[in-house]
Amino acid sequence: MPVSLTLLLTAGVLIACGVYLVLERTLTRVVLGFVLVGNGVNLLFIVAAGPPGKPPFEGSGDPSEMTDPLPFAMVLTAIVISLGITAFGMALAYRAWQLFGHDEVPDDVEDRRVLRRRRRRTEDTEKLSWSQALSEESRRGALMHSQGFAPAEDDDQLGSDLTSAEDVPQDATEADEGQPARRPGLRRRERDHPAADAPGTGRGTEPDRDDTAGRGEP
Amino acid sequence: MNIELLLALPVMLPLGGAAITLLMRHHARVQLGLSILTLVAILTVALVMGYHVTQEGVLVLQIGNWTPQLGIVLVADRLTALMLVVSSFVTLAVLVYSSAQEVNERAGRTPLAIYYPTYLALVAGVSMAFLAGDLFNLYVGFEVLLAASYVLLTLGGSASRIRAATTYVIVSLLSSIIFLAAIAAVYAATGTVNLAELAVRLDGLDSGTRMMLELMLLVAFAIKAAIFPLSAWLPDSYPTAPAPVTAVFAGLLTKVGIYAILRLETLLFPASQIQNLLLAAAALSLFIGILGAVAQTDLKRVLSFTLVSHMGYMLFGIGMSTQLGMGATIYYVAHHITVQSTLFLGAGLIETRGGTTNLIKLGGLAKLAPVIAVLFFIPAMNLAGIPPFSGFIGKVGLIEAGIEYDRASGWILIAISVITSLLTLYAIAKIWNRAFWQEPSEEIIRREVAMPRVMTGATAAMIAFSLLLTVLAGPIMTYANEAAASVLERTPYVSSVLGDDAADDLVYRIDPGGERLEDR
Repeated sequence: MPVSLTLLLTAGVLIACGVYLVLERTLTRVVLGFVLVGNGVNLLFIVAAGPPGKPPFEGSGDPSEMTDPLPFAMVLTAIVISLGITAFGMALAYRAWQLFGHDEVPDDVEDRRVLRRRRRRTEDTEKLSWSQALSEESRRGALMHSQGFAPAEDDDQLGSDLTSAEDVPQDATEADEGQPARRPGLRRRERDHPAADAPGTGRGTEPDRDDTAGRGEP
Repeated sequence: MNIELLLALPVMLPLGGAAITLLMRHHARVQLGLSILTLVAILTVALVMGYHVTQEGVLVLQIGNWTPQLGIVLVADRLTALMLVVSSFVTLAVLVYSSAQEVNERAGRTPLAIYYPTYLALVAGVSMAFLAGDLFNLYVGFEVLLAASYVLLTLGGSASRIRAATTYVIVSLLSSIIFLAAIAAVYAATGTVNLAELAVRLDGLDSGTRMMLELMLLVAFAIKAAIFPLSAWLPDSYPTAPAPVTAVFAGLLTKVGIYAILRLETLLFPASQIQNLLLAAAALSLFIGILGAVAQTDLKRVLSFTLVSHMGYMLFGIGMSTQLGMGATIYYVAHHITVQSTLFLGAGLIETRGGTTNLIKLGGLAKLAPVIAVLFFIPAMNLAGIPPFSGFIGKVGLIEAGIEYDRASGWILIAISVITSLLTLYAIAKIWNRAFWQEPSEEIIRREVAMPRVMTGATAAMIAFSLLLTVLAGPIMTYANEAAASVLERTPYVSSVLGDDAADDLVYRIDPGGERLEDR
């Protein structure tokens, strides 16, 4: 089966650009990436349809010269589906922006937990350098700047980054039993601003409500 | 009226129900009644279908009377019918359970109006994936159920759910795109997407192309089934959803992936060269999943990790592809859908009573809430594979198949299966010790919650169903073995869709010992 090189190359470029965007940390870019990859894959269907021929109308000519209509039917379905899913992805990004002021994809819960535990252990002797922390934190700072937000006051980004209410006490594992549950961000804040009535305490009980008020509202 | 028209009902009924419940958005009671009615109807249809399939053989519906190569076909064989019966029962029980849960949450921000329509759309997607007779329809079924699951996972749009859903949506999108690209490649290589026609045409391709197509499809399905290297998304996203939603997701969505892998490895690529890859993935899923479960301190996360781990059992049977192994796998799928959903419903009960699912905070529930203790204990023991229950029967079946398989890989997997089973018992015992026997905190003792009867009743019904799998293990195992035999032989499926002539063109079949035989 002869294959159009132009179509293949276009599909390749679209998919490559899409994959690049999907690897980004911002949900908006990820969604755009999926749009590109989706278009590239749709082109693959057109490649699969074979060389162009006559329009496939009943009785309009010899069926062997007609274009295969089936892949186009499938592409149409795929386009409709990806339209719906893209809309959902955009809504998700917007909601994340309303809630958190950014739409970055969060790290794995376990990764964050491991990092936090390590921080707690090293905190009293030395502060972890940026390079030892997840680089995402410094990236987030840059992102906040670029979006015109002041750098976050709370230097323990992970505290606000938990996935669920149940997540906070999860931090205390059997190994830590017997010790009072300590939250590093909280303690540091208390040390730096002893007067401030640590706002993070409410966060432990009701993380769903926090930050909802307006930070991202236009 | 043709009996074949029954095949359209498990897809049409919930879609129609979704439309009507959406129109009835201001009447929660009507919505609930309609949804229950729809699911009962599907359960009835599935039972009739199951009976008919055992008596008369595979059912095929050609929608719009197009030829199978061009149009959409729905196919039900024994495997499909069993999956439909189990899934419709589980969705029905979970819906009843959630009706009471929502009374509790009514004060919250959960938009009730879209819950029932979305739930029914999810059911339609699941049924469609089970019934699909062509690859593209399978894709559409997946998309329907995924789109519905995105909405269910983000119900209420709270911070934790948005975070969890972000990961889930991205991973699911990735698997969908890979699946779509694989379909394009399959179409380019063979010129069809009909599963029966593909079975005939793929047999004629050279092994390199076959392997590429198989691996692409396998990756897409393995992400959905949460097989180990592709499973990291699951424990992060499932636990944040409401308990009934998690129960349906854990029970059904991963099993749809396993079902697709089963079809892939038997009908499309019989006993292929990647069997060892499947067995290795099964071993890793089993072992690493259960190690994750042991390390967790949150009830729902422990259960999510055991889910990842136990997917390995089903992959083990598929990887061997002996008749005994496949039969045990089919039985195990039915068992696992039921028991995993029941456990998550139990976790929901514990959450309602104790106010949290954190194992460190929970305690004393055995004394404070003995009903919940019983309702959690039975499925938990079932999951761990303690003798009288169906988990034990399924695992024994798989291990027996592994012994008969008699290869190094089989023996390694038997060892890992047994270790995993023990570690599951350990994880369950840990939950039990902490949630039920630990000294309760003042907060839990003082917490007075009236347990809705409906919730405990629905959980009890699920347990009764899982016990039914034990009591009727003989007939069900026979049924599963027959399903396995017809799946491995491939001809019944192909001949009923395309006719006997096409079935004669099949090159390969799998013999009961798991070897690929060349017929021509």
